[in-house]
Amino acid sequence: MRAPASLLPLRLENVTFAAGGRRIIDGISLEIGAGERTVILGPNGAGKSVLMRICHGLLAPTSGRVVWNIRQPASGRRRQAMVFQRPILLRRSALANVTYGLKLAGVERGERQARAHRALERLGLLHLAGRSARVLSGGEQQRLALARAWALEPEVLFLDEPTANLDPTATREIESAIAGIGAAGTKIIMVTHDLGAAKRLADEIVFIHNGRVLERAGAEQFFAGPSSREAAAFIQGELL
Amino acid sequence: MNAIRRALIGAMLVAACGAAVQAAAQEKFIVVASTTSTEQSGLFGYLLPIFTRKTGIQVRVVALGTGQALDVGRRGDADVEFVHDKVAEEKFVAEGYGVARREVMYNDFILIGPKGDPAKVAGGKDIVEAFKKVQAVQAPFVSRGDKSGTHAAELRLWKMAGIDPVVGRGKWYRETGSGMGPSLNTSSSMNGYILADRGTWLNFKNRGELTIVVEGDQRLFNQYGVMLVNPAKHPHVKKDLGQTFIDWIVSDEGQKAIAGYKIGGEQLFFPNAKR
Amino acid sequence: MGTIPLALRQAVDLVSGFDPQLVEIVTLSLEVSFSAVVIATLAGLPLGATIAVARFPGRQGVIVLLNALLGLPAVVIGLLVYLLLSRAGPLGELGILFTPPAMIIAQAILVAPIIAAFSRQAIEDAWREYEEQLNSLGANPFQAALTLLWDCRFSLLTTVLAGFGRAVAEVGTVMIVGGNIDGVTRVMTTAIALETSKGDLPLALGLGIVLMSMVLVLNATAHVVTEAAKRRYG
Repeated sequence: MRAPASLLPLRLENVTFAAGGRRIIDGISLEIGAGERTVILGPNGAGKSVLMRICHGLLAPTSGRVVWNIRQPASGRRRQAMVFQRPILLRRSALANVTYGLKLAGVERGERQARAHRALERLGLLHLAGRSARVLSGGEQQRLALARAWALEPEVLFLDEPTANLDPTATREIESAIAGIGAAGTKIIMVTHDLGAAKRLADEIVFIHNGRVLERAGAEQFFAGPSSREAAAFIQGELL
Repeated sequence: MNAIRRALIGAMLVAACGAAVQAAAQEKFIVVASTTSTEQSGLFGYLLPIFTRKTGIQVRVVALGTGQALDVGRRGDADVEFVHDKVAEEKFVAEGYGVARREVMYNDFILIGPKGDPAKVAGGKDIVEAFKKVQAVQAPFVSRGDKSGTHAAELRLWKMAGIDPVVGRGKWYRETGSGMGPSLNTSSSMNGYILADRGTWLNFKNRGELTIVVEGDQRLFNQYGVMLVNPAKHPHVKKDLGQTFIDWIVSDEGQKAIAGYKIGGEQLFFPNAKR
Repeated sequence: MGTIPLALRQAVDLVSGFDPQLVEIVTLSLEVSFSAVVIATLAGLPLGATIAVARFPGRQGVIVLLNALLGLPAVVIGLLVYLLLSRAGPLGELGILFTPPAMIIAQAILVAPIIAAFSRQAIEDAWREYEEQLNSLGANPFQAALTLLWDCRFSLLTTVLAGFGRAVAEVGTVMIVGGNIDGVTRVMTTAIALETSKGDLPLALGLGIVLMSMVLVLNATAHVVTEAAKRRYG
């Protein structure tokens, strides 16, 4: 089972990120704890994706700190996993894509196969295990990306606009899978600009605009009555 | 999948190396540096199998221009030299790079020219006069220009005629910097005069309008010499095998074989090894 | 224009007659170039992938140099290898000048930059696409390079075929380091050069046609195989 101490809570301490002369993240301090599904919501260009990449460790903040509850070795990233907006899959079978991630994580061959099969089954992809990943449909590919992440049994699962490119059926399938993974104990942190997705999945909302956190509240409370002017406008569908 | 690929690659490398080592170890062979015109005459294809049948020694001929052939010997990359530039050969020996020089045979040069013969030299027996006439009318003349034995012979003839052909460079005097065959090709395409060795000419198929215009002058005779690359300078030289070759080629048997080589019934090389 | 039809006739006669000299020359050409490409690939692919993925000071300079090596004339490589392997040179002890191993070495040096430069480009393009995902999964640069090499295998195969084509078609290196010795180091291209210089143009061109046909068949086969694989793997 997992190590006794959890990765969470994740603390961001006055994180900024500047690139090309622009401040994309403008001083964010945040603490994200275990349990609820956290959705980072905001208009395009708000800095949500950059913020997530900083949390996951793909980008280094220009200033400020990202602190997990326990110190991770360089290979600790496998205790967190990320699913990107466009699934990046290797030119091999669906099963091989999942076992690839497990192999990098140091899982032994026998257990790799078992976990990969379980993950594919969980995501309804077992019948496609031998099919080459790149010939799958968009929805199937994103589900495969999700299976690959879930097979790693991460404590934290980051998702960057996972359904932005999918049709409604595929969206439903992905969202249901995410909900299930969250219910099984993985912390879900998702970024989206899609109000519908946020409403369906979020337990709590962190609203971001122009690189700052403007509001943070439980989902019901947020959608019923946001306290910031920008959030209210955003929910109304106005362009910010 | 990865393991199979690695094994295949490894096997191929081992096979390649093994074949090379095997080939090197099994055969007795010598490397003879000679000239392109000698090889293109076809003499080696006729002569060497006779030698190999008798002695079991494989002869590997590297055919280059005379200058390069001698340079190969200076570096020790050949065991025997077999070229046709007496002056350069004697210098080679004097500098200590070669030993045991023997004269072997001679063939002759001929002046080739277009049937139209603008310099009016056809049928003449005096090569130096012919050269003077070519320069007088500024008819196109192709030179090998590559420091070969043929080129050296051509320059000697110009000197005898008292002419410096370099003055006409780019106008009527064209230097190709290449072997006999390519130079003949050039000559054929521009209907120019050219000094060639009879062997290459007899084998040359792209004649166009060209024909023999002057032959038989004593000064056109082209002497071949054979030398062993000096083992004192290059200890790895196969001096025994090399000497066997030299001894054979100046022997009665070798000399007879040389005389036996004919193209279209015509003898090309005239053995003249001294006792 | 009579030369070309004559050449075609020669080509057909040579091939259908299984002329033993031709078989010997063709076999040696294939052996030398194939061995050279194997060596060049083993050296060039990891090199190209490493440069593509790793970040180090002077990296841009290395890339420029690698691309510039593509323009290195074969005859210059031949000359340099000759000077190396000559008895008067540093590796003279090996005694492999004027033998096939020397030709293999020279051609490997000729082909390696092709493999490295093109694989560097292909892998770098792929890395841009894969970088975040592979980092997210925790791959170190070495593992990433290997993964990309396998994932880009189809475009890399094209690169390897280009390398083989360059090797089997060149005459500059093999002429100088091999010496075009009859029965020992004579390959297709040096045989063509010899027949040309002898003035036997139809035979030279005929040999050229045989050579080009071989390369065409090889490429067609590779194409069919990779197209089938691409359809399967996407």
